[in-house]
Formats: sequence, C-alpha cells, structure tokens
Amino acid sequence: MNQENENPDLTEDEKKLFKDLMPEDLKEIMDTGFSRRHFLKLISIAGTGVLASHLLGAEQLLARPLAQPSLNELTTAQVENGVRVSFKVNGFNKNLLVDSRMTLLDTVRERMELTGAKKGCDHGQCGACTMIVDGKRILSCLTLAASCEGKSVTTIEGIANGTDLHPIQAAFIKHDSFQCGYCTPGQICSAVALLAEAKNGEVSYVTDQVNVPKKPLQLSENEIRERMSGNICRCGAYPNIVAAIREVQSGKSVEQKWNFAG
Amino acid sequence: MRPFKYTHVNTVQSATQLVSTHSNAKFLAGGTNILDLMKEDVERPDELLDITFLKVADIKMITEGPNKGGVSLGALSNNTETANHELIRLNHPLLTQAILAGASAQIRNMATNGGNLMQRTRCPYFYDVDMPCNKRVPGSGCGAMEGINRMHAIFGWSSKCIAVYPSDMAVALAVLDATVQVANSKGQQRRIAFTDFHRLPGENPEKDNNLLPGELITAIELPPNKFASHSYYLKVRDRASYAFALVSVAAGLELNGNNIVQAKIALGGVAHKPWRALRAEELLKGKEATEANFQAAAEAEMNQAKPLEYNRFKVELGKRAIVRALDMAMNNGSK
Repeated sequence: MNQENENPDLTEDEKKLFKDLMPEDLKEIMDTGFSRRHFLKLISIAGTGVLASHLLGAEQLLARPLAQPSLNELTTAQVENGVRVSFKVNGFNKNLLVDSRMTLLDTVRERMELTGAKKGCDHGQCGACTMIVDGKRILSCLTLAASCEGKSVTTIEGIANGTDLHPIQAAFIKHDSFQCGYCTPGQICSAVALLAEAKNGEVSYVTDQVNVPKKPLQLSENEIRERMSGNICRCGAYPNIVAAIREVQSGKSVEQKWNFAG
Repeated sequence: MRPFKYTHVNTVQSATQLVSTHSNAKFLAGGTNILDLMKEDVERPDELLDITFLKVADIKMITEGPNKGGVSLGALSNNTETANHELIRLNHPLLTQAILAGASAQIRNMATNGGNLMQRTRCPYFYDVDMPCNKRVPGSGCGAMEGINRMHAIFGWSSKCIAVYPSDMAVALAVLDATVQVANSKGQQRRIAFTDFHRLPGENPEKDNNLLPGELITAIELPPNKFASHSYYLKVRDRASYAFALVSVAAGLELNGNNIVQAKIALGGVAHKPWRALRAEELLKGKEATEANFQAAAEAEMNQAKPLEYNRFKVELGKRAIVRALDMAMNNGSK
C-alpha cells in the first residue's frame, strides 16, 4: 500500500487556508510533501476556535472528494468465500475482492477509506449509513458489497460538485442542522435523494389522495418528517434538519421556529 | 456473521434447483431482513443465492393482467416502485398506503415484493438467541408467553408461539384477494390464495408460510376490486413513523349509495398472519354505512380476541382503529 504517495498535492485554496491558520508550518509542510490527507487531519485537530472564521471556506474545501487510494490487492486464495466485484464509487471505477460477508458500508469505509458514511446501529434502524445507489437512497449496512456488481454508488464524499457544496449541504450549515454530526452524512444523502423523489411525484404515507398523479410535489413539514423518518438524530436537531430541507425543496427562505423548553 | 458462499443465479430454474440441492442455501433479494438476522446469528445459511440478477423480465415488472382490470406484481419489483406505480395508485391505492406505512424510504427502495412476504417476525424473543423460541429452535419453548408480550398476538396464537407477522403490505394483500404465484425446480408453477399463504403458529411455529422446499415466489396477482375509491390503511404505532404496528387496519368498502354491498377488513399486528376480520365483514354486509354499524362490527370482531398479560390494550385499540379506518375509507382516505 502506497496510497499516501498517490494523494495529490495541496490545492492553492488549501495552501491559502493553511497559511492563514498556521503560517509558520506551511513551508516545512510544502517541502516535506505532506499529503492532502494529512492536511485534513491537521486542520481537524486545529480546533474550532481557530477555524471559526474560516468555517464556510473550510467546509467548501472539505467538500472536495478525497483522492482515491489504491486498494489493497488480495487474491482469491487469501479470502474465504471471496467475491470479485466491480462497481463505481463517486464516479471512480472500483474492482476488488471482498469477503462475501462484507457490507457495502464496511467496504467503502475500510477498503476505500471513505469514512464519511457512518456505522450507527449496523442493523438498518438508524440511517447513518445511507448511500445513494443507482439514484436511490439505500442502507449500506444491509447491502452486501458482493451484490453491487455494475452499480453506481454515491457516498457523502461525492455529493458536492467539486468545491461547490450541494444546496442541501449549504442549507444544513445555514440552519445549523447538526450537533454531534454523526448522523449528518446519512441525513444529507437521504435528503438529496428525497428531492429527486418529490420531483418525480413519489408519494408517502401522509400524502393526501395517492390516486391523483401529480409532479413535482411541494412538500409540507409533515411530509418531510415522514420521508426522513429513516434517519434518526439522537441530538434532536430535527427542526433544523426539516428547515434546511424545506428551504431547498421549496426554493423559498424558511425561518426557524423554535421555543425554549419549559 | 458466519461464513457463507455467495452465488449469482440467472434463471428461476437454476435458482430453484440450487436451493433444492444445496442444503441450507437461501435466496437473497433486497436483503433487508435476512442480513440483519444473519448478523444476529438467527439465520445461519451456508450459501446465499442472489436472485436479483435473474434474467427474467416479468419478475422485475408490474404488468396488467392476467385478467382484465387485474395487475401482476413482479416478486423482484421493489416496494417503492410498486407503491408508486400508476396502476397501483389508481386501482389499488390501499396497497400504496400500506406499503408506504412500512419501514423507511431507504428500506422500501431495497425490499422486494416477494421478500416482503418472506420476512420474519420481529418478536424480540425470536431475535435474541439466548432466549427460548419455538420458531427459532423448535421445542425450546416460548420466552414471550411469560415475558413482555406487549407487541404480541391477540388472535390465533397457540401455546407454542404468540409472535405477530410484521408486514403492512401483507395486510392490504389480504383484503385485495391476492394470489401468490410460485415456481419450483421441476419448472412447475402453482398459485396460492394470499390468505392461505401465511400460517397460524399451531404446533409448528417454525413454519411461517405454506411454501414447499425449493419454491420461489415469482409474482403476486391482484384481481380488480370495487372499493378503490373507498379504502384506507390505518397504522397505529408507538411513534409517528418508522415503527412496527401495534394494530393496523386495511379497510375497503364497496358501496351502493350509502349501503355497504361488501366490506373487506384485515388487521395487522394482532396475529401470526394478516387477520381477516370476517365477523365484522359479515355484520356490515348489506347494512348502512353509519358510525353505529361500524362500532357494532368492530365490537363483534374484537370481542373474540384473547389478549395476553401486557397487550390487553390492543382490544380497545383495535375497536377504535377499525371504526376510524372505516370512517377514513368513506372519505376516500382524506384526512
């Protein structure tokens, strides 16, 4: 494995951000050829105080998909019940040998080092592992990697367009739609797919008169809550999540409604 | 998870032959239930036969027929596309509602129609391998009988098992007079009336349904119905969404003016299979569609229930749910 050498150099934007944050370290880092992965690790430990003023800028940088590391090559003889499988992840072709028991979630996290998708419950009850496969949101913890032959997988790392955040990502930042952030990658993948479902006129359990075809659908708060019920947030950021999705879905600014408990 | 061999199958014939000849092989479609059960060590197959790569068009499609006004649901069509298909939304909106009341958007995108019928109970004593369970290990006893049986059956249970069937889709299929089409390894096909597909637990709760070894569901057929504009699926649960039913009601009313020509009612969350409320249906036949008649029918059905220690509330809940579902059906499901 020589994946670190395959990571690209820092981009001009990243160099600028680093220079602003830790000017004395930049030269050394550039001379010793730090990888982008190390850069990301460094800024993640740099502390939110330092980063606060750069939050939006940094978010945009982080939205860029990480370079794809080479996969640890295994042979069939090394893996009991090994299955060779090819599928796309965030536009990159992947071909690898997996243990038949490997879920899509574990494969993407452990073999491709795309750790955005989270393992919450690992039993299909929380939605933290949500990915988009062939345009549809699914649970990657209940999907075998072996069953993904020929499919196209999008993880949270592939949601932004280059350095441009997806409108759902931008709205999540604007509306403060997370606290600990663990469920957020799943929430965002789920919400991105929800937009397409509404555009396509797909109904939900709370849709009135399912026998009347209509598209695109304008979703009420109640509709968004029902359609997002597969994504649990134990911090309880639901009002903010719903506000973010409503804003993007309706195309109109949504004010947050909240009250102090009591 | 225990090691297993993963195999693609391309034809119904090879799928049914392999599952007949390889001992302890199972079919894999959406995987939403079997993979969970394998992680829990409840299911322990040696081999999974992935049928999602079958090269048979019909099994992945929703088509008109075979009889006029009817529709055939491919076993490998997923729950989302079935619920949203124009033929289903227009002619069988009850099925759309029932499917959409179950699980989450992500799971409905994965789960297939055939797999929905093959899912297993969510009884926590079935899921916990340290507990006795006659369904998981025949003869080991029932942990739920003397345990926390709040979610369990009030109709049709036996001393061996008090688990309930978890599917919402199945409750609607029970009132839509569906037929399950299956194929076997000899290339033969047979049809099973939907209400005969799942079983009551009796002495053999390890058998969820009447499929024979080696059989594969290929389609679910729905005849035309006369209550598309007067139907509703009501689901009552512990939270507003993404939870299994405490009680659910699929109701369809065929009306002549305000008179009930025929009522079709099935209950979910109360028995080892979708529970057709035949007594309530019989009482409503030919009667006027009034609140009082709905109430009387609901009482007659639910008074036959045999609740357990922690689920007595389901009797009253069931009465109210039946009345409300019938009210909603009268209003064409509008809230």
